[in-house]
Amino acid sequence: MVSGLINANPIVYEKKERRPRTGPVDLEDEDIKDPEHPYSLEDLKVITEDAIEVDDKRSYVRVTFTPTVEHCSMATVIGLCLRVKLMRSLPSRYKVDIRVAPGTHATEAAVNKQLNDKERVAAALENPNLVDMVDDCLAPSFE
Amino acid sequence: MADSTHCVKHIESFVDSSSTPAQQAASVNAIAALVKNDLITLESLVREMELYLTTTDSFLRARGTHLLAELLACLASKPLETETILSLIGFFTERLVDWKALHGALIGCLSLLRRKGNVGIVSGSKALAVAQSFLQNVQVQSLRQSDRKLCFELLRCLLERYPDDVVHLEDVLIPGICESIDGEKDPECLMLAFQIVEVLVHLFPDPTGPLASYATDLFENLSCYFPIHFTHPKGEDIDLKQVELSRTLMMAFASTPLFEPFSIPLLLEKLSSSLPLAKVESLKYLSYCSDKYGAARMAKHVKVMWSALKDIIYTSPESVLSLESELVDGMSFQESHTVTEALVLLQKVIYQNSNLLLDLIVSDEDIKRTVDDIHQLREYNDINLQSKQRLHAVGCILYLSAKASIGSCNRVFEGFFPRLVHALGISLENSDAPLSSPCNFGATYLCVELLAGCRALVVGTEGNTSTNVLAQEAWCNMLCSYGTSLTKIFSFALVAGQDGSTQNAYLHYGVKGLQILATFPGNFYPLSKSVYESILLKLISVVTMNFKDALLWKLALKALVEIGSFVDKFKDTEKARSFDAIVVDRIASLMLSDDLTMPSQLKLELISSIGTTGLSCMQKILQGLESSLSASLSGVYVNGDPELLGIATSLLECYSCKVLPWFDSIGGHEEVQFHFALNIWDQIENNMSFCISSQEQKLLPAAMTAMQYAVGRCLVESQKVIVDKAFSMLSSTTFTPVKDLMNETTPVKVEGFKSNDDLDCFSCRDKWIISLFASVVVALRPQAHITNVKVILQLFLTTQLYGHLPSAQALGSIINKLPVKVENMDASKVFSLEEAMDMIFNSRVWILCNEGPTKCPVAGNNNEIGFRNSVLLQSHAIDGLAWIGKGLLMRGHEKVKDVVVTLLSCILSDHDQGLLSIMRSAADAFHILISDSEACLNKRLHATMRPLYKQRLFSIVLPVILSLISKADSSIQRAMLYRAFANVVCGTPLSAILSEAKKLIPILVDSLSVLSEDILHKDIVYSILLVLSGVLTDKKRSEVVVENAHIIIRRLIALVSYPHMMVIRETAIQCLTAMSELPHARIYPMRTQVLLSISKTLDDPKRAVRQEAVKCRQAWASFA
Repeated sequence: MVSGLINANPIVYEKKERRPRTGPVDLEDEDIKDPEHPYSLEDLKVITEDAIEVDDKRSYVRVTFTPTVEHCSMATVIGLCLRVKLMRSLPSRYKVDIRVAPGTHATEAAVNKQLNDKERVAAALENPNLVDMVDDCLAPSFE
Repeated sequence: MADSTHCVKHIESFVDSSSTPAQQAASVNAIAALVKNDLITLESLVREMELYLTTTDSFLRARGTHLLAELLACLASKPLETETILSLIGFFTERLVDWKALHGALIGCLSLLRRKGNVGIVSGSKALAVAQSFLQNVQVQSLRQSDRKLCFELLRCLLERYPDDVVHLEDVLIPGICESIDGEKDPECLMLAFQIVEVLVHLFPDPTGPLASYATDLFENLSCYFPIHFTHPKGEDIDLKQVELSRTLMMAFASTPLFEPFSIPLLLEKLSSSLPLAKVESLKYLSYCSDKYGAARMAKHVKVMWSALKDIIYTSPESVLSLESELVDGMSFQESHTVTEALVLLQKVIYQNSNLLLDLIVSDEDIKRTVDDIHQLREYNDINLQSKQRLHAVGCILYLSAKASIGSCNRVFEGFFPRLVHALGISLENSDAPLSSPCNFGATYLCVELLAGCRALVVGTEGNTSTNVLAQEAWCNMLCSYGTSLTKIFSFALVAGQDGSTQNAYLHYGVKGLQILATFPGNFYPLSKSVYESILLKLISVVTMNFKDALLWKLALKALVEIGSFVDKFKDTEKARSFDAIVVDRIASLMLSDDLTMPSQLKLELISSIGTTGLSCMQKILQGLESSLSASLSGVYVNGDPELLGIATSLLECYSCKVLPWFDSIGGHEEVQFHFALNIWDQIENNMSFCISSQEQKLLPAAMTAMQYAVGRCLVESQKVIVDKAFSMLSSTTFTPVKDLMNETTPVKVEGFKSNDDLDCFSCRDKWIISLFASVVVALRPQAHITNVKVILQLFLTTQLYGHLPSAQALGSIINKLPVKVENMDASKVFSLEEAMDMIFNSRVWILCNEGPTKCPVAGNNNEIGFRNSVLLQSHAIDGLAWIGKGLLMRGHEKVKDVVVTLLSCILSDHDQGLLSIMRSAADAFHILISDSEACLNKRLHATMRPLYKQRLFSIVLPVILSLISKADSSIQRAMLYRAFANVVCGTPLSAILSEAKKLIPILVDSLSVLSEDILHKDIVYSILLVLSGVLTDKKRSEVVVENAHIIIRRLIALVSYPHMMVIRETAIQCLTAMSELPHARIYPMRTQVLLSISKTLDDPKRAVRQEAVKCRQAWASFA
């Protein structure tokens, strides 16, 4: 691993007021902790409410996230967190698609491929270190 | 001597190095007991111990000295001879040199010095010797904490008890104390040290004396502790509070004026600290110290203090404009702690150095600028936050300075009032000129604050200064000359404010200004009577005309109430007369007037609020209320007028919610309640025919509540009168069974009436009479014996069979309050509980419950209608029995068991499907038995209540029901038994359930599974689930839960998809989440099942359920 932080000094944004709930499905990925910082992903504008598409009828969810810096090696971890969180929060009928916002990451295609490959996600979740890290990030979101 | 060997044994066990503190304490107590009982003398004991006290082995010597010292501490109240004390104190004084045995020596000196006068004390010269030896030999700061504490205690004791002796030691004493305190860090020791400084300073009151030269050193030692701030907030076992310590330090700071040159600069410097705590503390210290140091010494600091205070008040960043209170209060800031303290200090300074500070205030540039620029602050909405803050600050300062003294009030008035008045557009010449534009907000605000200050000043000096003197003052003259115009301005603010809701601030300050002008106390009054009356007229017109503007209406009403209670409090006859004439009379007549433009709800609120201002006022208003109540009630009775119906209902509600409770709260006016109750009965007596439509649902309950309340507050004697009156009314009913009962010549034939009984066969008037009579009976005190109990019981037993609930409640109430045995009375006249019970057990209610409807005589028993009626009859009988049982249960009577058995037999009776409703009401009877009722049998209505009656029912019912459940053969019976069980369990306090948790959990789970099959039981399922969750979350019983984990989880999984009620699903999921904390080995086998069922609920239609499901899933998914 790289010693030191990748983005040592992130900009913290104010949280947006949540819009009133309308649809039957709500996403719960508020308050996922950043792997590096004690802020939630929403604080850092990695995830915004606009970047989530939900289609309840077709059981489809698409999340687009924006890493804080272009070469962020945490992008895969963030994506993994999002996926695990959604897996645990959504009924199994949903197909979940997670992508890095176009043009915000150096190895965009690779990350996208990695995140949406069932086998590789499953393999990642076999790795105890990774699971610990993911659980750590998700812990506050369930409180 | 047996005792001495005994004693030696104890001594040896104490000095033994392996003995524990507990053993040591035991031996000390044993020896002390010997000495106390004179079995052994102290001298001989010391001789026994000689070796331990003088040995060269320092450990043994320390232990020995310690033992002797502890003994002396135990013997504090035993008289000792002077020689003994002399030699002992000599010994301990000597031992102070010996640092290895110092602990014992300190305790010894301390316990000897602390002895009370009548048991032999240490002489002054010896105490001096102790002090000398201590100061010479003991290095306090090199000792451990417990010894340091002892040292400080010793010093304090010396200073407090032997001040005349130690005072001679001045040259060593003060530096010695300085040295011993220097560097102390333990809070407990510091507490003592601060107290020592305080006492020490009082020993040398002479300002030129020896203390003066040491003041610098002494203060230096103290100053380094300011502000008190604990760096380890959760220290091991310090129970000392920061507040206490800080207070002690403050006393030490203020102990002598000699500290002034050092302390005030230090405190002022800390005011600019960035630590909020330091600021608050310095302000507190400054307030306290300036009191103690005196005005002369503080004078030179006034200027610096003013500028510091002004900074805080003006720019305190913590002052946040609170939007919420802004709507109500116009302009208000949530004062931070700092600002509050700053204002307190400012007030102190104004009192102390009035002239100096006022010079500064009057000539202050910032204030001047704010006042000069006030014409810019015309519109409230245009003022920015910063200006608002400044305005607020100036307002506070003006208020405080006006409030401080007459002189300061004069100065502030002269300084600012003309300018403010000018900004408001008033001049003396054209006080009659019409106002056109809305007045200046800033000026209005400041004026109101200034006036509030004057008013506080007058209220404060009330009684001390003659009012004539006050009236001569300059400010008073100014106020007098501008009074009329000010009133006009404030009144105008009310009008100007009406055009939009954004003008709330104007409204607020307009009303507040009027209120202040109207509440100058006593005979001192700068304004003429006509002004006062015009204010009242203005407010009353607002209250009666402008009821559409809710805020203004509320504010004006509040102001009127304030003025009214003020007049009442200060016993101001002249003003009270005007208030009565203008406000009270007008309002009392309001209810009678036919003017229907004002909603009656508002009228009532107005009347009852004004009424609360004083007794005379309330009495006057009561007359108005009474006459309007009788007018509306008789209108309702005779014509059934729907409009009057609403008015009568709200009048009755007003009585039972406001008027009667108010009389209750001031006490001693039970005749009002009595009169009210009689009044209602009179009304009914006078109207023989009722025209209320039987659909009307609200008026009767309102009347019953009011009646209950009124009768419940009456004394025993009046209650008797009311009951007699009500009873006499019963004879005028037209309802046949009642008539038969009342007519005692004909035999009572309750058994034979028709079966199509229904409430509808009561005439409306009869229904009123019986219901009101029931509410009278419910509210009676146990001491109020009713004379015709037998007839009344018969009556209620009959009427309750018609499904009349109040009758059933009255029955329970009578049974609850009847005397068990009759004493000192003619036994034939008074009915006892036993007789009443006999009567009930022979009544139709009892027979119906026990034998079932089929065996009852039913008229026209040929068809289905007859059958249905008899079923209805029986369920009414069961309800009645439940209330009777509740009465019995609460007084702790044995017969309640019979009632329970009967109710259970009703559940079990071998009926077919058609009788489901009977079984159900029998099961729900247990709910009546155990739950609290608002309508009867509670503390307010004087019920006889044994403690723990719920637990008693629980323990009676539980074993019976459990055995019945195991025997029950039909599923319906079982379900109903479970329902009864659930009713009992849900009513029982959780602590009783927890103690039985082991037995209960399986049954609770079973009942969940049985009851969740039928939608009928959904409410009860929810209640059981709540009980279950209470058991699950109790940490102490977790082993029971662990044992039954599997069945509980299986049941919860089934309930997670319960379709009929959302809260059941939610609670079930929450319970599952709680279960996930049990030991993993136990619950792991269930994990897959739980996860599977939870993943289905993730798709639940309700958001709350989905959210809980996500949490639950996470909890169960993450522990593997």
